[in-house]
Amino acid sequence: MGLLNSIKKTIGGEAKPAGVATEKKVEAKKEAKPVANKIKLGHVHLSGCTGCLVSVADNYLGLIKILDDYADLVYCLTLADVRHIPEMDVALVEGSVCIQDHESVEEIKETRKKSKVVVALGSCASYGNITRFARGGQHNQPQHESFLPIGNLIDVDVYIPGCPPSPELIRNVAVMAYLLLQGNADQKALAGKYLKPLMALAKRGTTACFCDLMNDVINQGLCMGCGTCAASCPVRAITHEFGKPQGQRDLCIKCGSCYGACPRSFFNFDVIPEFEGISEIIAGALK
Amino acid sequence: MVSDPYLGKYTTCVSARSTDKEILQKAQDGGIATTLMVYALEQGIIDGAIVAGKGDRPWQPRPFIAMSREDILKARGTKYNISPQISLLKEATRSFGLDKVGITGVCCQMQAVRKAQLYPVNMRDVPGKIALAVGLFCMENFPYKSMQCIVEDHAGQSLHSVKKMEIGKGKYWIYTERGNVVTLPLKVTHKYEQPGCHVCLDYVSNLGDISTGSVGSPDGWSTVFVRTKVGNDVWSKAVASGMFETKPIEGVKPGLELVTKLAKEKIDKNRATVEGRKTFGVNKALRDPYA
Repeated sequence: MGLLNSIKKTIGGEAKPAGVATEKKVEAKKEAKPVANKIKLGHVHLSGCTGCLVSVADNYLGLIKILDDYADLVYCLTLADVRHIPEMDVALVEGSVCIQDHESVEEIKETRKKSKVVVALGSCASYGNITRFARGGQHNQPQHESFLPIGNLIDVDVYIPGCPPSPELIRNVAVMAYLLLQGNADQKALAGKYLKPLMALAKRGTTACFCDLMNDVINQGLCMGCGTCAASCPVRAITHEFGKPQGQRDLCIKCGSCYGACPRSFFNFDVIPEFEGISEIIAGALK
Repeated sequence: MVSDPYLGKYTTCVSARSTDKEILQKAQDGGIATTLMVYALEQGIIDGAIVAGKGDRPWQPRPFIAMSREDILKARGTKYNISPQISLLKEATRSFGLDKVGITGVCCQMQAVRKAQLYPVNMRDVPGKIALAVGLFCMENFPYKSMQCIVEDHAGQSLHSVKKMEIGKGKYWIYTERGNVVTLPLKVTHKYEQPGCHVCLDYVSNLGDISTGSVGSPDGWSTVFVRTKVGNDVWSKAVASGMFETKPIEGVKPGLELVTKLAKEKIDKNRATVEGRKTFGVNKALRDPYA
């Protein structure tokens, strides 16, 4: 807890007069002198439905606070008037890559070249998701039929699975990415620990399915029937029979949410048991 | 704040019993979880609670969202088989529209709740809406068919006739409606345990806001750990309004010593299991969920 308290102090998580005063000063000066150490955040839109971006926006005032104090949105076709991919600290990539569309291929390569951290935002970028089922034949580019998750073309640092990814997870990753790049030593340590399992997911692979639960949890003797997978499934393909998950695999859209959410896919004892302190830090950062 | 390697973090630990006679009639021990949820619902601390109600078969639990005192009371008592509580976590906020969700569950389910709060993978609207999580002590759980084997094959009782089951004093106890009491030594029941329980590193729901279970307290009473700010707030208000009688844990037998002993037994054994999985095959490991 010592670590958490010192972190709270530096980013004003605890209500304390000094923190409030600094915040006000920043507020007043904003127009004249922007916050200096903001990170550069971008949203790269490939073959996705914009649901992930809507989830980003669904943080409402939290997003405004992030853009005020922690990050500049330097690239986002929908929200920022920038035509070419600039240098970015963190690139949130939504959607998979159509390999018949050379512009998409160039764009993801350029994203990798110009970003310190590439985040696969949502399940299409991470695992292909619903775009795995594409067979082409759509007007006016019927030859666009092959879609790959970005991890098949470039190295990806962090996965945020979900269809759409939950606004809260995007928010957590954004705050942690800021702490990792701009924080003090303690903050960097916390952010590193927090992001580690999401980085491990990025290393694990580019395919996902209900089968992951069978292969890596149930068959491995790890399932304890808690029910998390059913709650996380966006298409309600998972039910529980006698306390164990059953997936209707024809319904599965291969988003990987069930595996990512499962407490037996990853459970980091140096982070999750600190849920109270870390939730306060995140809430404090966005106040 | 006490921080114990086996019992987790807690601010208060007491022995307690509900003062609600109706709840105590069918409660497993001190009726703590039921009373807390009823209190939280009536005070507007929660809008509804995910509890383990009745399933299709005798003694089969099914999680459901209780939104009244009557509904919560339907979930009294321990079932000794799996109720996938977390399957309703997002349903409660999204389909039922609850802003303040109460949830009861065993240790692994408290872990699941906290993971869903910090890493909400496709858990939109969940992290900020957990208003009260009450965890239960849990040594291990049984699949439905395991429990059926124990009750019908080993104890020779029909599941329909069972009034109450409990594990205590080293035995599995089965009480029937007509007054039969059958006990089985736990060495008979061990092999029927759910395998997933054998890698669990938590005995007293370290991640609940409040956690409770019979171990450590006299018959009819429960041991209660108050762990978080939320838990402390609810617990102190509930005690102040007379929902519980309490005794200091230091004053009761067998007390915290037994809780610690059993927690150590479970966690050390399961740590060894997790370790053993690394050398399970020939140069092949089973997957480590905590790596």
